[in-house]
Amino acid sequence: MGDIIKQHLLNTLSNGLRLDERKFEDFREIFVEYGISSKSAEGSARVKIGRTEVVAGVKLDVAEPYPDNPDEGTIIVNMELLPLSSPAFESGPPSIASIEMSRVVDRVIRESKSLDFKKLCIKKGEFMWTVLIDIYPINNDGNLFDAASLAAIAALKDARFPKLDKDNKVDYNEKTSKKLPLESEALACTVLKIGNYFIVDPSVDEESAADARLTVGVLENGTLCSLQKGEDVALSIDDIDKMVDIAIKKTKDLRRALK
Amino acid sequence: MVYDKRVDGRKFDECRPMEAKVGVVEKAGGSAMFKIGKTVAVAAVYGPRELYPAAFQNLKRGVLRCNYNMMAFSGSGNRVRPGPSRRSKEISLVTEKALFPVLDLSAYPGSVVDVFIELIQTDAGTRCAGITAAAMALADAGIPMRDLVSSVAVGRVGGKIVLDLNKEEEDYEGESTDIATAFSSRTGEVTLLQMDGEVKREELKKALELARAGCEKIRELQINALRGRYKG
Repeated sequence: MGDIIKQHLLNTLSNGLRLDERKFEDFREIFVEYGISSKSAEGSARVKIGRTEVVAGVKLDVAEPYPDNPDEGTIIVNMELLPLSSPAFESGPPSIASIEMSRVVDRVIRESKSLDFKKLCIKKGEFMWTVLIDIYPINNDGNLFDAASLAAIAALKDARFPKLDKDNKVDYNEKTSKKLPLESEALACTVLKIGNYFIVDPSVDEESAADARLTVGVLENGTLCSLQKGEDVALSIDDIDKMVDIAIKKTKDLRRALK
Repeated sequence: MVYDKRVDGRKFDECRPMEAKVGVVEKAGGSAMFKIGKTVAVAAVYGPRELYPAAFQNLKRGVLRCNYNMMAFSGSGNRVRPGPSRRSKEISLVTEKALFPVLDLSAYPGSVVDVFIELIQTDAGTRCAGITAAAMALADAGIPMRDLVSSVAVGRVGGKIVLDLNKEEEDYEGESTDIATAFSSRTGEVTLLQMDGEVKREELKKALELARAGCEKIRELQINALRGRYKG
């Protein structure tokens, strides 16, 4: 079955089109909604890319800083591939796909220094903010990597610090108007290689036929902040060059949806 | 601050001292040790053997299964908590993807080739050392391969593009970018690519070329180690 889909896909691509008649570098419609859980979460967002839908929420907590970075706060990113969102996802402990996705989204934010970790320190060596970002797909119609990273940044933009009492305990009932120290907005853009074609914003079928995947973290000024190659086929340096170029260009589409 | 001299005095395009040895685990089908600086990896291959549960079998070809693990005492700081972590699971995954493109497992439907990688001592570049060791172990085990895989990290430290970062460079004043790469050197293709940290578009290409040259040197060492095992 997989081989048949792949052959059909390659035939379509050789005519310059995709199964849903998009061009190789076309995204589906991208939509961001802020504050979808504003009573509970400190920040939240919903992202739709075509029929793919992802929600993300931010909770803030106070903890003791790590000994090796006593003057910095931190983030924890978790993504769970809900069985609710796709027939291909199963209940049980986190799958390797969800672990990889969580860690890729984590690194896009962490390594871009989008969040100023120093400003998340409350008292050196004693108290720091931990930013807990949880991401869930509601419907998987492909390209969860990009949808998840967009949802995470949107939820961070939406987040406000809760009130701290004088013992540095969080009072979740009272939110302040203070935003998180989000200095930049790093986003992931994923480019797939199928045969000799490069496409963005893949559908599930395109993902299952992919020879190689490159997820690229991109900052506003085009600087790269993370890379992750996936799937079974090797890439030439020239391929990587082309894929990075496409990602830098197409991240702008995702960024526009953030407003 | 300009990074004009590396912390350990190496040239910017120089790997740490390396050592490779094939045939270090007598019971395994194939095995190897690779040492780069203070990072030491041992890899052993078992199989092809039947894969159970049968639901995981691929009836067209054998399956490659890699397991990367840091020994509890292998880090210079705290004890590493034993057992799989999110990090080690992800590294096991990218290790599989780094090695798979050069393997031909079509003769082993329903089977698995198990690769176990253990880090005895770590000083950055552990996934790369593991992949380099595993490639030799697979060759030693006689698994059909189109090519070797050689792996090294490159990066950007204090604005300079450097080969094979050590831990001190990885942690350099918060201004360090680490790019883990692996090359199938005969074709010059990339089978592992992971980057943490910022890099300009133009610098990436330079870094990849530097990594490729580094992998050439590692490949020579791998081939010599394999020859050493089988001559005479």
